[in-house]
Amino acid sequence: MAITYLEAIREAQAKLLADDPRVFIYGQDVGNFGGAFKATKGLAKEFPGRVLDSPISEDAQVGLAIGAAIEGMRPIIEMQFADFSTCGLNQIINHAATMFWRTNTKCPITVRLPCGGTAGGGPFHSQSMEALYAHYPGLIVLNPATVEDAYSMLIAAVHIDDPVVFCEHKYLYYHLKADALPTEALPIGKARVARPGRDATIVTYSAMLHEALACAEELAKDGWQIEVVDLRSVKPLDTDTILGSVARTGRLLVVGEAFPWGGVTAEVVARVATEGFSLLDAPPMRLNAKDTPVPYHPNLWGTHRPTARAIIGAMRELLHA
Amino acid sequence: MLQTSDVTSVKPQTDGRRERYLAAFRWMLLARVFEEKLASLYRGGKVIGGVFLSKGQEALSAALGVALRKGDIYAPLIRDSAGRFAFGESLLDAARTCIGSRLGPMRGREGNIHRGKPREGYYAMISHLGVMVSTVSGGLVARRFKGVRDVVGATCIGDGGTSTGSFHEGLNMAAVEKLPLVVVVANNQYAYSTPTSQQFACADLVDRAIGYGVRGHKIDGTDPQACFDVVGEAVARARAGEGPQMVVADLLRLVGHGEHDDAHYVNHALKVSPIGRDCLEVARAQITAAAWMNAMQIDSLRDQLQAEVESAFATALREPLPDPNLEDWRALSTEALAEGRA
Repeated sequence: MAITYLEAIREAQAKLLADDPRVFIYGQDVGNFGGAFKATKGLAKEFPGRVLDSPISEDAQVGLAIGAAIEGMRPIIEMQFADFSTCGLNQIINHAATMFWRTNTKCPITVRLPCGGTAGGGPFHSQSMEALYAHYPGLIVLNPATVEDAYSMLIAAVHIDDPVVFCEHKYLYYHLKADALPTEALPIGKARVARPGRDATIVTYSAMLHEALACAEELAKDGWQIEVVDLRSVKPLDTDTILGSVARTGRLLVVGEAFPWGGVTAEVVARVATEGFSLLDAPPMRLNAKDTPVPYHPNLWGTHRPTARAIIGAMRELLHA
Repeated sequence: MLQTSDVTSVKPQTDGRRERYLAAFRWMLLARVFEEKLASLYRGGKVIGGVFLSKGQEALSAALGVALRKGDIYAPLIRDSAGRFAFGESLLDAARTCIGSRLGPMRGREGNIHRGKPREGYYAMISHLGVMVSTVSGGLVARRFKGVRDVVGATCIGDGGTSTGSFHEGLNMAAVEKLPLVVVVANNQYAYSTPTSQQFACADLVDRAIGYGVRGHKIDGTDPQACFDVVGEAVARARAGEGPQMVVADLLRLVGHGEHDDAHYVNHALKVSPIGRDCLEVARAQITAAAWMNAMQIDSLRDQLQAEVESAFATALREPLPDPNLEDWRALSTEALAEGRA
């Protein structure tokens, strides 16, 4: 029986609710309706009183979670779209993220962000917010790229004693399937070599992992062996695994779906350049979305974000550099 | 559900009433003495960062502090020394935070009014106004999940804070969830330098209560007895399950926004109007008129509190300051997930 990335998120929440009375879900339309994407389908009925519809008030949703977490609960906040989390940004970065450091009080909230682009999503339903949140001290930022990670990392996120921003990619919701839910997982904070290789490294995460893997598959036809590293967590960032891969290949391309200024790809390149410069046989490269809002029409969107084709182009350049 | 209370005069004198009044008065007086000392230390260069005083707002602040019980949730704001002490904050911890002692609850990481002990129901405000409304509500939701009854959560804000989106979102949400929340609004006529005419256009902030579906209460914030009665009633109604309560008190900030501010912009007509009264002077008059204490007894109490304040600051000033070499420079509680690239 195949299970999708979205179903894995639903199943993780069902398990969390079943296993831990401290867990509850608060978000817009998450109750009887089951969420805009159905990530909480049936949970309100299965767990009465623990899956609550909120007003359209992202700031208050996060504020409520913070208060509940202070009192020992493990709230999960669903933002309907990652883009709308900016309306709750202040509570996340200034309140939740500073709580432990200021007051020595743990703030174990999990904020689920349905992120990333889909055809027709447009500028306000497509954004990748991980770099924004990773910038602030006091937050953990997770970007699962597989069905297995969507499940196990969400469970791990809720068990973490700190605020977690959980970036789940909408494009993967239905596209990605696995045979079964995982029974074991890599720890949070560890990157994974998704495909071994020796000629060059692609470091990426979330939906771009699958574009990168398609690129590696294509280039393998020409005899190139491309290593693909899935970051899984952008904060903390597993620099050791990245440097280990670059040590094997000598060439680095970092791919992200977010906007190009700063961000995760820049951070990875900066760390490799400062800590592993001598490992590089060529200047490291980055590939990001374009520096415009995310366009609505697929003809534009398909060029705005990196795709396997764009990654192949960049990789050919890197291999011959 | 939406009528407003209007209690502005002192009337019957039951024993409980006298005790409540004098208990609250003690916290008012302690706050005033504490803050005068703080201002003096600030002028002497002993305080790093800002100093924000509550002169003129002590009665309102104390009213909430004494109406809450151990086990309740309290998120005070900028001008709530009296309420903080009444809720149980130690004088020493307050002094430590203002001085920056390493031994205080904030350990030099935060200062002045940004202090609290969240696990004890005493939430630490952040500077972004309005956020504590939903946060206290979240604490109350947690209590509801745990089946804890008979609990109240309260937070304070000023006229300026009511203009934030956070305030609106939080109060609306609390009303939807019918939480036992009390929001006390000190309308002290100025948000820093901005007069209420540039802050809101409604005739009175308490009129907003009906829009949120919560009970509104209006008081003269310079009248201590009115503050104790009305805030007490609001807390009791919340505790009884009547849902969120919004108390709006009119008063005047009798100091600058902070000690760095000479408040030259305050309209003189307000200073000489009834809301320009000093609630502590009103309290003295109410107490002596009721013959609960005489002037000498009040002065003696003040001397006693002054000694406590001097002792607390003397201790805090002798304590070690924060040391960058002893800091762990870690924002996460989960050490294994901290990046540690200090």
